[in-house]
Amino acid sequence: MSAAVSLRKVGKTFARGEVTALQEIDLDVQPGEFISLIGPSGCGKSTLLRIVGDLIQPSSGEVVVNGKSADQARRDGDYGIVFQEAVLYDWRTVARNIALPLEMAGWDRPKRDARVKEMVELVELTGFEKRHPWELSGGMQQRVAIARALSFSPALLLMDEPFGALDEMTRERLNGELLRIWADTGCTVLFVTHSIAEAVFLSTRVVVMSPRPGRITEIIPIDLPQPRTYETREEARFFELVTQLREALHGGSEREPSLRAARAK
Amino acid sequence: MSAIATPVAGERLLGRTMRGARSWLPAVGVLLLGLGLWEGLVAALNVQRFLLPPPSDIARTFWDERDALWSAGWYTFKEALGGFVIGCSAGIAVALVLARWRGLSSAIMPYAIAANAVPIIAFAPITNQWFGVLNPLSKMMIAAVLCFFPVLVNALRGLTSVHPSSIELMRSYAAGEVEIFRRVRIPNSLPFLFSALKVASVLAMIGAVVGEYFGGTQEALGVQIRNSAALFAFETAWAAILVASILGISFYLAIALLERLTMGWHPSARAAE
Repeated sequence: MSAAVSLRKVGKTFARGEVTALQEIDLDVQPGEFISLIGPSGCGKSTLLRIVGDLIQPSSGEVVVNGKSADQARRDGDYGIVFQEAVLYDWRTVARNIALPLEMAGWDRPKRDARVKEMVELVELTGFEKRHPWELSGGMQQRVAIARALSFSPALLLMDEPFGALDEMTRERLNGELLRIWADTGCTVLFVTHSIAEAVFLSTRVVVMSPRPGRITEIIPIDLPQPRTYETREEARFFELVTQLREALHGGSEREPSLRAARAK
Repeated sequence: MSAIATPVAGERLLGRTMRGARSWLPAVGVLLLGLGLWEGLVAALNVQRFLLPPPSDIARTFWDERDALWSAGWYTFKEALGGFVIGCSAGIAVALVLARWRGLSSAIMPYAIAANAVPIIAFAPITNQWFGVLNPLSKMMIAAVLCFFPVLVNALRGLTSVHPSSIELMRSYAAGEVEIFRRVRIPNSLPFLFSALKVASVLAMIGAVVGEYFGGTQEALGVQIRNSAALFAFETAWAAILVASILGISFYLAIALLERLTMGWHPSARAAE
């Protein structure tokens, strides 16, 4: 089976080549994987996500999504995308926000309605179909955005810090829901985050990036058993992986030798 | 479910009307108090009628000359409405063009914003000459120019103040420019557009009436106000001003109602719940 996403020597420069946002990115994502991109601000993880979605053009390298060019994949509706802000349209109800990509893909009314009903159940918003976005809490808005991104059953879900603006409690609950949805739909997820714990909890692999220029420094497989639950966060292995990931993230900093030394004792 | 919903909705509507009436009471009280003071002070201080006629006299004239006044009001209102339609359509059309081709907008918008701050009504004598003093088109044009700039500036702001992620989202659905306009930019601009249309409705009435002050047919309200004042028929002038006010306020309220009907989705509609 071909890779869901395949990146070969992808680079991106801004400001006429003066700022290198991404350099020599090589990454293969297999279908059904949950990959997190993590790194400090300016490491280009959001840029990389947008390159996969064909929302930004790479300056060099090759991007293959579902076995085709990123441009073709976007035109074919091969991925759904969720941003940090829910980006819901105020003039549409919850149901009509979810139906938007279906309308644009030319689905007829009964088919749309049936799918919207399914999606509303999937994200547990039954009863809120006729509400407007501004009547919902931030967490509920983000669930609508997820339902909308998945409504047309894309094989790939791109998520750019989708829970970054939410409080910790809501974020943990939505993490659990996202994993359930991921298991139900079998889609591939590419997930950008700032949170170490979130990356470990959700992912099958975590891609660690460093800034200036944005590069992949390490890829850490997460061998926590599936399905992951609230207890997962309390397992010893979870904390080991969190520590490993934190060290990988601080790998380039000056504090690193003293930390290593302290740990060695 | 609808069987339950209907009586509840009816009850809620009644409740809302009652609450609405109660919230209007203080304003109505102030109006009555103001009219009473006006009437009383004019009589007590023996104010000359050319300075300020009492409201009772204005009301009597308003009633006695109602046919002539309303026919003049209607004539002027048609000019205002014509100017409003011309000016607002042009403003919206130019805003759509400038939103599509942003390079153009950076060349043109500084002038549009500057023009918005110019007292355009000062051009009324000139448009009168251009289109003919007796031609209603001359009043429509000054009203149109008055409406044009605020509508252009606000509509453009609404069309362009779209969250960048909204556009990225549409592009992820392989949407082209036309579809982005139809589904995101235009709905996003509606709240901005309607506040401009409300301002424009007021400006259109001002443009038509003031344009008539600089000359027009005897049927026009502005001409009647000017002539009555010149002939010391102050009660008639005041009654004509009252007609202009009623028409202006009705025009404004009609636009506000249209706004409510098209934008029930808007967060501002929360206040109505």
